[in-house]
Amino acid sequence: MGAHLVIERPGLFSSLQDFGRFGYQRFGISASGAMDSLSLQLANRLVGNPRDMAAIELTMLGLSATVEEGSARLALAGADMPLSINGRPAEGWRAYALAPGDRIEIGAARTGMRAYLAIAGGFAVAPTLGSLSTHSRSAIGGFEGRALRAGDRLPLQEAPAAPLLTLAPEDRPAETGPIRVVPGPQDDHFTPAGLATFLSSGYRVTEKADRMGAQLDGPAIEHADGFNIVSDGIMNGSIQVPGNGRPLVLLADRQTTGGYPKIATVIGADLWRLGQARPGDVLRFSAVTADEAEQVARAHEERLLALFARMTETPLPGTQLSSERLLAHNLVSGVCSALAPLDP
Amino acid sequence: MPIAPADAPRLLDAGDGGLVVEFGDAIDEGVNRQVIALADALDASALPGLREVVPTYRSLLVLFDPLVLSRRALRDEVLALWPPQAGAGEHKGCWRVPVIYGGEHGIDLDHVARLHGLTTQEVIDLHAGAAYRVYMIGFAPGFAYLGGLPEAIHTSRRSEPRLKTPPRSISIGGRQTAVSPPLEIPSGWHLLGQTPVRSYDPRRTGRPFLFAAGDTIRFAPVAPADYGALCRAAEAGEIVAQWEAS
Repeated sequence: MGAHLVIERPGLFSSLQDFGRFGYQRFGISASGAMDSLSLQLANRLVGNPRDMAAIELTMLGLSATVEEGSARLALAGADMPLSINGRPAEGWRAYALAPGDRIEIGAARTGMRAYLAIAGGFAVAPTLGSLSTHSRSAIGGFEGRALRAGDRLPLQEAPAAPLLTLAPEDRPAETGPIRVVPGPQDDHFTPAGLATFLSSGYRVTEKADRMGAQLDGPAIEHADGFNIVSDGIMNGSIQVPGNGRPLVLLADRQTTGGYPKIATVIGADLWRLGQARPGDVLRFSAVTADEAEQVARAHEERLLALFARMTETPLPGTQLSSERLLAHNLVSGVCSALAPLDP
Repeated sequence: MPIAPADAPRLLDAGDGGLVVEFGDAIDEGVNRQVIALADALDASALPGLREVVPTYRSLLVLFDPLVLSRRALRDEVLALWPPQAGAGEHKGCWRVPVIYGGEHGIDLDHVARLHGLTTQEVIDLHAGAAYRVYMIGFAPGFAYLGGLPEAIHTSRRSEPRLKTPPRSISIGGRQTAVSPPLEIPSGWHLLGQTPVRSYDPRRTGRPFLFAAGDTIRFAPVAPADYGALCRAAEAGEIVAQWEAS
């Protein structure tokens, strides 16, 4: 039997997520995928995984779990959730090697909304329609098509040896400022005043915010000519404005089609910030052109690659190292450069 | 078969990873035919960086990786494929989908009949007598939006949508009818019946989705005894809808 992660306390909503399920939206299948794919990628690289491997997405409140029948290398990244290993405080944004029987406990987020628990090698779970992402509403993917429960035993894949990496505090994502959007595809369904309201007002994230989307509250956006369109495709970050004038940002678990005009679309580089927005947070939006957005996408990717390169080996703590941990460390200290080819 | 040329499409931006190709603003079979033809042509182009295409009534959402495929190159490709030619993408033939109408299977049948001054049998005959086009699959896995509902039973949606409807429902809303997947989805449409057919079944590897946009569907009323047998066959993995080539 290989290593397992055995869930004791599942947290609020913990589910397996990768980059999402592509190619089936034309059959009504929601893409799903990580709400903050930036943190997912960083968590994966901390443990030496390909950046798009499925990890456990934790929401507001983390889980507690035990590693059984094997060892595991893991890292937590994203929202600031307190982490402890065998009762001793540990940190996010760095990888740890756990021995059989070791227990992790992850608490409630102090800031942010979602964190990613990446495990080296990933989960030995069969993908559904090409992805491990969980879409709980249609019971597709992940672990039995649902959020994790107490008692679940997640089988782990064996992982090649790799160093335990850390991302320095100054390198951790912490963006402020407006969320960048490209106006459209139906910005012509709004009056100039309506568009100006949207781009100049603060919109508060309401309690109706989950993996499907975030209902925002703020000044009503004026439609030019009704608020019905013939239903068309929706993408991650589409901002619908229904009859009440309040924007709804559609996110990972969104339905595939919808019949309200979309005033704007959040650019890929800023989507992760919606995944970390908490009810009560106030968001502002600024418009960029599609060409500018393309440049931002390239800069975002370069920055991410730079962060991967800046991850450093975690200094060894002075005490209480098991022989296995030392072994793991010694095995891998020379292979740092071998990580680069993992980049897709 | 060449499609009647249309004006150049509207190309609309959807963030940095999406392009909307809008063909018109009405629900129209000719327009929908073009949407599907372009979706199939783009799929066949295997353009690097193209993630997926989402055809709907009158527009096509093209999702792409902006790091691999530039918006300019994608627009050029779309215009090079214009006007889209329906070829292999045309779905010749018809699905015959068994339906048990009324009773617990279609709790709105009586209401719809009364609303239009028809008998329930007349509603069934009208609904099962027409050929429908799958305009798009959307909203939920395998949920098929069908056009071609006879005008005599066009029915506005319910004012209070139901939060849950029975799996595999056959419903009507406005000028359309629909086949539900084997899931309890919310809906404001009127429920006329239920089919044993599973439009989506993840266990049916190789064919998780039965219908695609562009398909033709006809409904065939079945008796309760046959419905039960067909349900058991579908549960065991059979498709139970008949494909009739034309």
